[in-house]
Amino acid sequence: MVEQPLPYSTKLPVTLPSRTVRIWRERIIASILFLAAISSVVTTLVIIYILFTETVIFFEKVMELHQESLFEALVEFFTSTDWSPLIEPIGIGILPLLSGTFTTCFVASCVAIPLGTIAAIYLSEFAPAKMREILKPILEILAGIPTVVYGYFALLVVTPFLQKIILGVQQFFNPGKEPWEYFELPGFNMLGAGIVVGLMVLPYIASLTEDALQAVPLQLREGSYAMGATRLQTAIKVLMPAAISGIMAAYILGLARAIGETMIVAVAAGLQPKFTFNPLEGASTTTAFIVSVSLGDLPHGSLEYQSIFAAGIMLFFATLILNVAGYFFSRRYREVY
Amino acid sequence: MPSQHPLLSNLRNPIAIAASIRSRTRWERFFIVLGWFSLAVALLTLIFLVSDLFLRGLPMLNWKFFTSPPSSDPEEAGILTAWVGSLLVILVTAFVAIPLGIAAGIYLEEYAPKNWLLDFIEVNITNLAGVPSIIYGLLALGFFVYILNWGESILTAGFTLALLILPVVIVTTRESLRAIPQGIREAAYAVGSSRWQVIADHVLPYSMGGILTGIIVGISRAIGETAPLITIGALTFITFLPDPPIQSEFPYISFKWIWSPFTVLPIQMFNWVSRPQEAFQVNAAAAGIVLLVLTLAVNATAIYLRYRFRKSIKW
Repeated sequence: MVEQPLPYSTKLPVTLPSRTVRIWRERIIASILFLAAISSVVTTLVIIYILFTETVIFFEKVMELHQESLFEALVEFFTSTDWSPLIEPIGIGILPLLSGTFTTCFVASCVAIPLGTIAAIYLSEFAPAKMREILKPILEILAGIPTVVYGYFALLVVTPFLQKIILGVQQFFNPGKEPWEYFELPGFNMLGAGIVVGLMVLPYIASLTEDALQAVPLQLREGSYAMGATRLQTAIKVLMPAAISGIMAAYILGLARAIGETMIVAVAAGLQPKFTFNPLEGASTTTAFIVSVSLGDLPHGSLEYQSIFAAGIMLFFATLILNVAGYFFSRRYREVY
Repeated sequence: MPSQHPLLSNLRNPIAIAASIRSRTRWERFFIVLGWFSLAVALLTLIFLVSDLFLRGLPMLNWKFFTSPPSSDPEEAGILTAWVGSLLVILVTAFVAIPLGIAAGIYLEEYAPKNWLLDFIEVNITNLAGVPSIIYGLLALGFFVYILNWGESILTAGFTLALLILPVVIVTTRESLRAIPQGIREAAYAVGSSRWQVIADHVLPYSMGGILTGIIVGISRAIGETAPLITIGALTFITFLPDPPIQSEFPYISFKWIWSPFTVLPIQMFNWVSRPQEAFQVNAAAAGIVLLVLTLAVNATAIYLRYRFRKSIKW
C-alpha cells in the first residue's frame, strides 16, 4: 500500500536544538542586529572625526603660513572676504562661500516656500481625491530626478530664458538702445541656479506641509465650517496655526536641502568665490567649492585638500542645526492634540 | 441698545451678509487659481526639462552611444564606461546597504528597548538622512580613501553611496515592520517560536513589500548621485573597462574589479555639461535621457509596488 503524503507535516523535527543553543543563537543574532543599528552612530562619529582632524590641520598650516595665532586665524576665517586657498597670496575668509550659499538659498526659498505652501493647501483642502492621487506621484517624480539633470536644466534652459526676460524688461522700460548696451545676465548666475534649487525643493516642502495639514483632526475643520467659514478661511486661520510646527519643520528641512544642494549650483552658479549678495552675479557656494577643488588634482595633505574639509565642517554644522530643529518641530506636531 | 460687535450687527443686514459671502467666494476662487498655478509650475518644470532633454539628446541616442567609451570628439564619445561603472558601483552599494539597513531596522523596531539610546539613534538617523551628500564624499575621501587606503575605487564609491542611502532603507524597513499587526507576532510566540523565528518566518516576509520599496527608492537615489563620487576623486575621463567579474579560468569569479577606477553616468553627464563646446551638450542631454529614464523607471517601480502591496494586504 502506498502511503499518501500528508498535505502538511505532522512531525516535529527530531533533533530540536537544546535550550542553551537556542538562547545563545538568539543572543548572537541580537548582537549582530545591534551592531548594524549603531552603524549610523558610527557614521556620524567618523564624519565628525574626519572633518575635525582635517580642519585642525588646515588651521595649523594657515598659522604657519601667516605667522598668526589660532585666534587671529579664526578671526580671519570668519571675517575676511577673500577665499583663495589655492593661489598665492592665500586667503582663508569663508564669507564669500557663505554669501553664495545664502543667496542661492534665499532665491530658492522665495520660489519653494510660497509655491510649496499653496500647492500643499490646495492639494490637502481643495483638490478632489482623484486629482491628489495623480498629482502626489508626479511630485515624487520631481523629487527623484538626479540633481545633475537639474543642473543641466538650470544652465541650458532656465538661464537663457532669464537672459531673454531681463533683456526684454530693460528694452520695455528703457527702449532705443543697442542690445549690447543693456545689462546682460551672465551665463553663470545665482538667480537661475537658485530658482532651480527652489523647484527641486518644492516637492519636499509641498509633501511635508500636506502631511502636516492632513494630520489636523477633522473636528477642527468641521468646527470651522460650522461657524460659516469657507475652505480658504479654515485653511489659513484654523489649519495653518494648528499645523504650524509641522509646516515649520517642512520649511526647515527644505532649507537644509537647499543649503546642501551641490550639483545644480556647481553646474549653473559658477565656481568663482566672490563676496556678493546679488543673485544676478555668479559666485561659488560651499558645496560648489568642494566640487571644484575635488575636480582638479588634489594632492593628499596639501592646503587645498584640507580647505575642503574646513568648508565642509561649516556646511555640516549648518545642516545639523537645521535638521535637529526640523526633527523637534515635526515631533511636536504629532503630539499636540 | 448697547453697541454690538460689527460682525454681529451685520448678521441682521442681509445685504452685508450677501456681500460678505460674495467676497469670500471670490477669494476662494482666486486661491484655487493660485493653487493651479503653483502645481502648474511643478508640472511645467517637469515637461520643459524632459522635452528639452529629448529634443536635444534623442538624435545622439543610438547603439554606438552605449558601446563607445568617452572621447575628445563629441561625435565619437559614448557612455560605455559610465554605465558599466554605474552598474558595478550600484552592485556594491546594494550588497552593503540592503543587509545593513534591514538589520538595523529590525533591531530598532523589534529589539531595542525604549530608552535614551533608541532616541539618540533615532535623532542620529534623521540627521544623517538630511546631511548633504557631499559631506559623505568628504567622509569617504578622508576615511575610505586615505585611512583605509582603498583608493578611488569602485569599492569606495559603493560604500559611500551605501552609507548615503542607509537612512532611507532603515526608515522604510521600520515603517513596514510597524505595519504588521501585533497579533501575528503573538500567535507565533504562542506556538513556541523564539524572537528571531518570529521575525524571520513571519514579520519579515509579510513586510517585504514595504522594505523592497525603500530599497528601490534608495537605489534610484544612488544611481543619480554625483557630488560624493566627484569628491572622492572619481575620474571623469576613463576609457577602459574594469576587470570582468566572471572569468574563463578557475576560480571563475574575480573581485579585482572592486579596486579599479571608475566613472558613473552622472559624472559623465556633469563632465559634458561643464564643457563649453555646444556639441558636448548634446551628449550631456543624451546621457541625461538615459539617467532620467533609469531613475524614473526605478522610482515608478517603487510607487507601483507600494500601491500594490497597500491594496493586496488587508489584515
